[in-house]
Amino acid sequence: MTARRARRITRTIKRVALYAAALFFTLFAVFPFYWMFLTSFKQNRDLYVGGTVTSHIPWIFNAPPTMEHVNLLFQQTLYLTWVKNTLVIGAVVVVITLILAVPAGYALARLTGRWGERLGIGVFLTYLIPPTLLFIPFSRVITVLGLQNSQWALVLVYPTFTVPFCTWLLMGFFRSIPRDIEDQALIDGYSRISVIRKIVLPLGISGILTATIFAFTLVLQDFVYALTFISAVPRMTVSLGVPVALVRGDVFYWGSLMAACLITSIPIAVVYNLFIDRFIQGLTAGAVKG
Amino acid sequence: MTLPRETQAGVAAIAVPLRHRTLADREDWLGRLMLAPALIYVVALVGVPFALALALAFSGARSGSLDFSWVGLSNFLAIIPDPQFQRALWNTLRFTIVSQFLVMVLAVTAAHVLSAAFAGRRAVRFLLLLPWAAPVALAAIGWTWIFDSTFSVINWTFLALGLTKRWFYWFGEPTLATIAIITVHVWRMFPFATVITLAGMSSIPQEISEAAVVDGAGFWRRFFQVNLPLLLPIITVAVLFGVVFTSTDLGVVYLLTRGGPYNSTHVLASLAFQRGIFGGDLGQGAAVAVFLLPVLVVVAIVMLRMARRAEVGA
Repeated sequence: MTARRARRITRTIKRVALYAAALFFTLFAVFPFYWMFLTSFKQNRDLYVGGTVTSHIPWIFNAPPTMEHVNLLFQQTLYLTWVKNTLVIGAVVVVITLILAVPAGYALARLTGRWGERLGIGVFLTYLIPPTLLFIPFSRVITVLGLQNSQWALVLVYPTFTVPFCTWLLMGFFRSIPRDIEDQALIDGYSRISVIRKIVLPLGISGILTATIFAFTLVLQDFVYALTFISAVPRMTVSLGVPVALVRGDVFYWGSLMAACLITSIPIAVVYNLFIDRFIQGLTAGAVKG
Repeated sequence: MTLPRETQAGVAAIAVPLRHRTLADREDWLGRLMLAPALIYVVALVGVPFALALALAFSGARSGSLDFSWVGLSNFLAIIPDPQFQRALWNTLRFTIVSQFLVMVLAVTAAHVLSAAFAGRRAVRFLLLLPWAAPVALAAIGWTWIFDSTFSVINWTFLALGLTKRWFYWFGEPTLATIAIITVHVWRMFPFATVITLAGMSSIPQEISEAAVVDGAGFWRRFFQVNLPLLLPIITVAVLFGVVFTSTDLGVVYLLTRGGPYNSTHVLASLAFQRGIFGGDLGQGAAVAVFLLPVLVVVAIVMLRMARRAEVGA
């Protein structure tokens, strides 16, 4: 009897510990976003109360929420211009990336045999060469091309990380399409080109969509290249403009600044979450097998 | 169902004359043709700049002009004795090592939590991934506000809970600034590592763990002697990514501290930016950035070895 009770108590303790741990991790991950949310909608008199005033609890709304900061962000700052710049650059980069990466991914998956596998790994390794190593030579290349302060500089440079990444991602996708289907079509007299057009592309559409999403989020994540090449405020991207140019002088418009961070981050995070599993699958395939 | 090679060739021979025999029918050439544009792009815009990065490190190039004078090792001779550079090198190392160690501990724990069945597991996973998915520059600005010198909510909480009586100027003291930077790196990287570890855990056969239970191994013994060794390859992948992202990061340091206070938190990337772009001394900036290479080479070698092992195992 006591043994069973002891077991039940241990189980309850384990359960509580589990939930406590889950709660801890969630709070740590989410807390900055919650803080952004509070800051975005708090009135200034509620927001700018020194941290030494222990009677004023900053974790909640002490005064009714306000849209003031959000309105300011949309009406009196260049936020929407930056969003538009980012979308345009992102769209062009995605198109370039797909044009280069879809054929390359398929070739590495099906047409190049053994050395294709090696090359695939090589392509992925180039993705690991960081912008912080390349921004200095690029600044010279961009000067030679006369592209300083131009969004074309970013359009030219961003594929350096989206192409390797997406080629590698698509290679995995195309490999997962059953080979038999393609062989059958070849036997039936289709050329390789029509096999690609009529079988591989329709079956690989989810892979291409995933590559699109990842290429776009990679563009959005970049800070280094934008900081290096773009100094004209109206030409900036969101990731550069918000942290660098929304701050006027020494006065931080924290409400609007946090609203910009929140409004930009959340949609990306949601979309990213929907696609992350495909990315993880590809990434872990090698390590798990070994 | 693969046909014998001769039959395949026979079928092709019958099928092909029906249409024009073109270059596209030669598979190896088609493969090369499809691969070429991407490969050319990568070689031209990653390979060449990479070589240029090395060349610039040995040059007296400045950002104003286009001259390219060979100066031998003088950039390196200038930076190696420079205390600011030594500090940046040391910071890069310790920020990376400390944050990746914490990431590993947190990720393995979080993955174990997430692998247990409980209500709201999917929601927790979704929320956990937010830090990794949000653009790093925007997240860094969020943290700057959290660590604010006057309005820091962390300080308020510490004071209100009576944990401390003093006010922390997070970006005013080297130690505190270091803690702040590492916190942001850990916050950003652990979700990613958790998800990777979780994927690895689900691939470990359940029987192994059950067998260990039957053999009477306790939780800790099972964890350290059964689960952890099995998880090691997958954790290595997560850590390698973490090392690359953390050691080469510019955004977090630049936005949180700009290398301050008193240049105490510069890392190689931010110092290279300061010397190369702000200071206009491209040669010296490139020389600083070159010191990132050893880390990347090590990571590349480990990844290649793991890829080869996967190949053999397949």
